[in-house]
Amino acid sequence: MANVTSARVGYVPPAEVAEVDLYHPKSWVTKYVFCQDAKVIAIQYAFTAIAIGLVALVLSWMMRLQLGFPDTISFIEPGTYLQFITMHGMIMVVYLLTALFLGGFGNYLIPLMVGARDMVFPYVNMVSYWVYLLAVLVLVASFFVPGGPTGAGWTLYPPQAILSGTPGADGGIILMAISLILFIAGFTMGGLNYVVTVLQGRTRGMTMMRMPLTVWGIFVATILALLAFPALFVGSVMLALDRVLGTSFFMPIIVEMGQQLKYDGGSPILFQHLFWFFGHPEVYIVAVPAFGIVSDLIAVHARRNIFGYRMMVWAIVAIGGLSFVVWAHHMYVSGMNPWFGYFFATTTLIIAVPTALKVYNWTLTLWKGNIRLTLPMLFAIGFIVTFVNGGITGLFLGNVVVDVPLSDTMFVVAHFHMVMGVAPILVIFGAIYHWYPLMTGRMLNTAMGHFHFWVTFVGAYTIFLPIHYLGFLGVPRRYFALGETSFIPESAHTLSAFITVVVLIVGVAQLVFFFNLVWSAYKGKAAGRNPWGATTLEWQTPEIPPGHGNFGPTLPLVYRWAYDYSVPGQAQDFVPQNQPPATAAAGGETPGTRGAAT
Amino acid sequence: MSFIGYLMEKPWTHQGEVDDRHGAIALPTVTLGLRMFLAVVTVLFSLLIVSYSDRMKFADWHQLPTPSLLWLNTALLVLSSVGLHWAQVNVRRGQMDGVQAGLLAGGVFAFAFLIGQVLASRQLTALGYFAAANPAIAFFYLLTAVHGLHLLGGLVAWGRTSAKVWRGYAAVDVRLSVELCAVYWHFLLVVWLVLFGLLLFT
Repeated sequence: MANVTSARVGYVPPAEVAEVDLYHPKSWVTKYVFCQDAKVIAIQYAFTAIAIGLVALVLSWMMRLQLGFPDTISFIEPGTYLQFITMHGMIMVVYLLTALFLGGFGNYLIPLMVGARDMVFPYVNMVSYWVYLLAVLVLVASFFVPGGPTGAGWTLYPPQAILSGTPGADGGIILMAISLILFIAGFTMGGLNYVVTVLQGRTRGMTMMRMPLTVWGIFVATILALLAFPALFVGSVMLALDRVLGTSFFMPIIVEMGQQLKYDGGSPILFQHLFWFFGHPEVYIVAVPAFGIVSDLIAVHARRNIFGYRMMVWAIVAIGGLSFVVWAHHMYVSGMNPWFGYFFATTTLIIAVPTALKVYNWTLTLWKGNIRLTLPMLFAIGFIVTFVNGGITGLFLGNVVVDVPLSDTMFVVAHFHMVMGVAPILVIFGAIYHWYPLMTGRMLNTAMGHFHFWVTFVGAYTIFLPIHYLGFLGVPRRYFALGETSFIPESAHTLSAFITVVVLIVGVAQLVFFFNLVWSAYKGKAAGRNPWGATTLEWQTPEIPPGHGNFGPTLPLVYRWAYDYSVPGQAQDFVPQNQPPATAAAGGETPGTRGAAT
Repeated sequence: MSFIGYLMEKPWTHQGEVDDRHGAIALPTVTLGLRMFLAVVTVLFSLLIVSYSDRMKFADWHQLPTPSLLWLNTALLVLSSVGLHWAQVNVRRGQMDGVQAGLLAGGVFAFAFLIGQVLASRQLTALGYFAAANPAIAFFYLLTAVHGLHLLGGLVAWGRTSAKVWRGYAAVDVRLSVELCAVYWHFLLVVWLVLFGLLLFT
């Protein structure tokens, strides 16, 4: 066991970086609507993201109804089916997951966990949310323009994205591009806040390596997003110009319905490179915050220090770096040079190393831990299992020779839904069950929570494991109807119908979760302070839920890392980060905050 | 402490130590915020340049007939940057007259640059080159527009800073704003020189 030193206990140097100038709202509107408090902005982000996410959920039901019971619902036509696919994918990836992890959890947790009163640029933070909302509204507006939303697939590949045969080629694709441009502008404002707050807003004693892994995850994911989103920005602007002004950035010489179009010599592959230079880091923009959050959920609910904290941080940083050199594994079938493919296959397999390291460390944290099968822990374990499943199929698809035959099949659909759909959403649920008491002061109902977990977890596997099998059979993805396809047996159609029924059941079960959120806010058991016995600063605030400015008159001082659980000789099985060593040794009470002695 | 240094810490071994460890990043928050923003903008323009280079390989690429007005515009942007630098030098000396002169020159030349860019685009349009005519022209419009929009954003910050200076704020209260404006201007000048070189020689 490492020697633990407790040097310079009495010495508290003056802060190197000044405290944030806290904005004090003067009216109801500035307190709850145009609010600069990161906690309110977080909730605004979360509500908006979940609302638009529910639209995407309903779209997935529409797709499944068509696949499971072809031609039974009259308004689902080939064109609308493609529109449902496109909007489902784009909303889930960008407008729900990215916005919820970074705008929602990032805003709520970063200032509280690093010991800051707010984000460092509160006004810019507020504008970030309103630009995001505008982006969502523009996206929603595309449902109501002539021709409807774009049906180009969430990857928006030209030339088909802007050719007249594609649904939504009139106004839908233009609104999609505008919405993405707005989203990226809004995110950049928020993202700069998250990064600078982590770097500079930390309270005294909160060194980078004392930060909880949740903050590390959000921090690295934000850097990834700041560097990756410009690629989507450039792609969206150029795509919109090709569509509106008739430029040929991406549009090649092309004949449509017997007529040569005005386009000349553009490069569709260039768009693919730009899109996936954003698109692959996007996977980690969603996954890395989930990695961080799940690390904390496991440590708290297994009452153990996270195994290999430094390795966990290094792995997050390494995954972030590597995520920028794997993008073309999404383009093996684009006709690129095979040597290029080998390079990207190699980097793709290398990224499995730090990722596997994280899985081992989560497992080793659980090993001989005092595991409490609370709802957050159930969701965390569910995440690990699902992420391993999705990751392993990713190793299949990372290899060129395996990817080529599987690329256009349902196998890919199953893979990415497991790894960046189900897995991060399990973390989101776990995080909500974990931090809901902090946000409301009440616990979520456990019985409803267990029902929600088991239906969601078992349901997700019942849906996606068979979809892997359908992929192996050769069932293509993106198809509205399979028609007379001799290599697909009748049993595959029966299985598809079964999957659709399960999708509807799992979807409806989410209503229990939403009911729980509302019911528990009024009727839930009072949480008290720090109901999980967590060490991190967000639970050490003088008020629960945390008040304006988070920490009362003085900011907390941090004396230790975030994982002092089950420390031998302590009165309780956790030592808060702001508890001084002398008090800890005596097993005294948590001081909450301390005066800023100098 | 370097970033690698941070990552080598073993946080579980030393408790009770309350130090700040901001080290090299113990900057004013707005300074760090601007640096981060410039990193994002650098990525944006790098991707545009990569796209430009990739698109050049195709057969329909024809070299841009660069309007001579762009040389004048470049000189205007250099003068604008010099004006902001002058303001920066004076604010450090506490000489507010020099700050006013520098800001005024910087702003006027920046506006003149933007007007010049619009005129250069109109010249190309008058010659029969619209965005769709060939990809080099399309890139010209795109690159100059993106660069111009960033300068326009900078002019908002310039306007807020100038308003403070003209309202009589002390040098110490506006020093940081003036310095950051100067940094942003120099950055946009470098970006423009790279873009101009690209447009000129390819």
